[in-house]
Amino acid sequence: MPLTIRDLPKEKYVLPGNAACPGCPEAMGLRYVGMALGSKAILVIPAGCTSIIQGLMPGSGLSFPIVNVAFSSADAVASGVAVAKELIAEESVVVVWAGDGATADIGFATLSGAAERNDNIIHICVDNEAYMNTGIQRSSLTPLGAWTTTTWRGKTEPKKNMPLIMISHGVPYVATASVAYPMDFIEKLRKAASIKGFKYIHLHAPCPVGWRFDPSETVEIARLAIETGMWVLMEAENGKIRISPPSKPYIDKNRRKPLKEYLERQGRFRDVSNELIKELEKEVDEYWELLIRLSSQ
Amino acid sequence: MVRLTLTGNHCVAYAVKLSKVKVVSAYPITPQTTIVEKISELVDLGDADIKMIRVESEHSALAAVYGAATAGVRAFTATSSHGLLYMHEMVWWVAQARVPLVMAVVTRTIGPPWNIWTDHHDIMDQRDTGWLIMMAENNQEVLDETIKLFKITEDPEVYLPGIVGLDAFILSHTVEPVEIPEQELVDSFLPERRQPYVIKSGEALIMGNVPSDLLTNSRMRWDIHLGLRRAEKVIDRVDMEWGKLTGRRYGGLTECYKCEDADYLFVGIGAWVGDMRLAADRLRAVGMRFGVLKIRYVRPFPYLRVLDSVRGKKGVLVFDRSVSAGSAGPLFLDLVSHMYPHRLNIPIKNVVAGLAGYEVNYEDFFRIGESFVKEVSETGWVSEFLEFYPGR
Repeated sequence: MPLTIRDLPKEKYVLPGNAACPGCPEAMGLRYVGMALGSKAILVIPAGCTSIIQGLMPGSGLSFPIVNVAFSSADAVASGVAVAKELIAEESVVVVWAGDGATADIGFATLSGAAERNDNIIHICVDNEAYMNTGIQRSSLTPLGAWTTTTWRGKTEPKKNMPLIMISHGVPYVATASVAYPMDFIEKLRKAASIKGFKYIHLHAPCPVGWRFDPSETVEIARLAIETGMWVLMEAENGKIRISPPSKPYIDKNRRKPLKEYLERQGRFRDVSNELIKELEKEVDEYWELLIRLSSQ
Repeated sequence: MVRLTLTGNHCVAYAVKLSKVKVVSAYPITPQTTIVEKISELVDLGDADIKMIRVESEHSALAAVYGAATAGVRAFTATSSHGLLYMHEMVWWVAQARVPLVMAVVTRTIGPPWNIWTDHHDIMDQRDTGWLIMMAENNQEVLDETIKLFKITEDPEVYLPGIVGLDAFILSHTVEPVEIPEQELVDSFLPERRQPYVIKSGEALIMGNVPSDLLTNSRMRWDIHLGLRRAEKVIDRVDMEWGKLTGRRYGGLTECYKCEDADYLFVGIGAWVGDMRLAADRLRAVGMRFGVLKIRYVRPFPYLRVLDSVRGKKGVLVFDRSVSAGSAGPLFLDLVSHMYPHRLNIPIKNVVAGLAGYEVNYEDFFRIGESFVKEVSETGWVSEFLEFYPGR
């Protein structure tokens, strides 16, 4: 039975008083984490937008237990919390909620270490494809051609493929998700919580401020990423890759919308040349071919 | 009570076991390595009920024990030199989060060039972070103080993390006869873990989000200083409690060796204090009445106790095994900065020696002491307040 909106709990974990920007995908994602894991969640949050979104001490706009931690330390702190909770037999799901910087760049060694040890935590990479909290600087997860405040003429390197890197760690569960597909994300979170060991979920999170689109369009942009095939929803249980239902239609290349439709809605791709669009299309096609090959094995 | 010959590092490992630590995380670095090796061995033999998190870096080691401690269990880590510098960000984080835990620092020179021998730049670099910092003189003291630090750091008056420091190789890899207390004795001494808050599922407690009120944040910052000042009484009290149970008292914040009737004092921290004691005896034998003031806790810096010890002396020689480059030795700086406001004006000299592990022994202290007495008695003061000891 697929999950429906009626199955979701009514408790709210993202409250008035939070400091998210209008149209923020992280606030959406945190709401889904609350719906999926409820009162069992303990969040470990390194430096990033959610450091601010939480709102001001001594109050808070989030009603999770949260340990804020230094930028590159999150997965190690979470490992410690998880081990302690197991020792004192307190039922909990320890979640690292980290941006692309704290996942793929400054925090990568810590993440890789926890994954290799198969520590019992869920790492969620909330990927808004640049360092948004410090003012839109490029990260290794910024796509090719995207404008940022440290790549004024567009990024010259392609986006690092974190999901495949995490699958290569041999962990029991890796998934991708999108803020436009909450049911898919919630199901994946619940599955991850039921598995012992290291779990990685990569949440695609279009940022209106950094990507230069209207705050009312976050879900539309996120959906276009799926419909153009630029972002693929999938999961890998014990390394076995499966394309998730929302992305399944786009296995057929002809059903994918032209990539241009995704790019032209975002100011960050305003100056992208036709050659670069071709290069991005090639990147998308090659990734799909690889995924289809891997998922058919 | 069992008597064993143990290295300083193995003393740390036995103390961790006896303190019923639940989580240990560390990354190997010479000369700390044999601490985690020994703990791992005790765990694998079934002698210690400890969960090890074998992390990929020192930054993660302190992060992992911070996570475990904040989630409610007693935790421990250990490191040296570059490892300590690599985890420095977390050193600050743990103190400001007010999470009690204990770390052993086996003091080692910082490179380049690569150098594994002892000096105190690594541990002295942590002075401003809000941790309690002690330096041990011998292996028994290493074992005893590691256990005691759990009690001191978990005291509600303190609630700050603590470092037990021991000199590389001189203590870490040198065996000495050591008394291992019975588990029942340690259990009666060390209460169940106490900490200011515990992160729990289902309880929306948030640690460390942005403050709305900077004055409150400012007061939190200052309270770390006050916590360390309050720790002075706790350190002395715990020293007495341990003394009653084991017969071993160390003097708490400081220990004085023949200070009372001394005209001159050596002041120092760590393993070479033993050489200072021997030098003081030799100097007394030739008519120069020396004593030794061993500063056990660098933080909190026990200035009232120290000032009481140096008051009325004809001269004071402060030995530093590190230097705040461009200024002077850190121990000296702490001492003199408290002397002036307390109107204490006596000849005092800072000798920086033993950097990079260069060997300094009782004969060196003897010679330095002898020429210091000559200088002070001839001129009534010191010509150079700061000297680098060039060796013999």
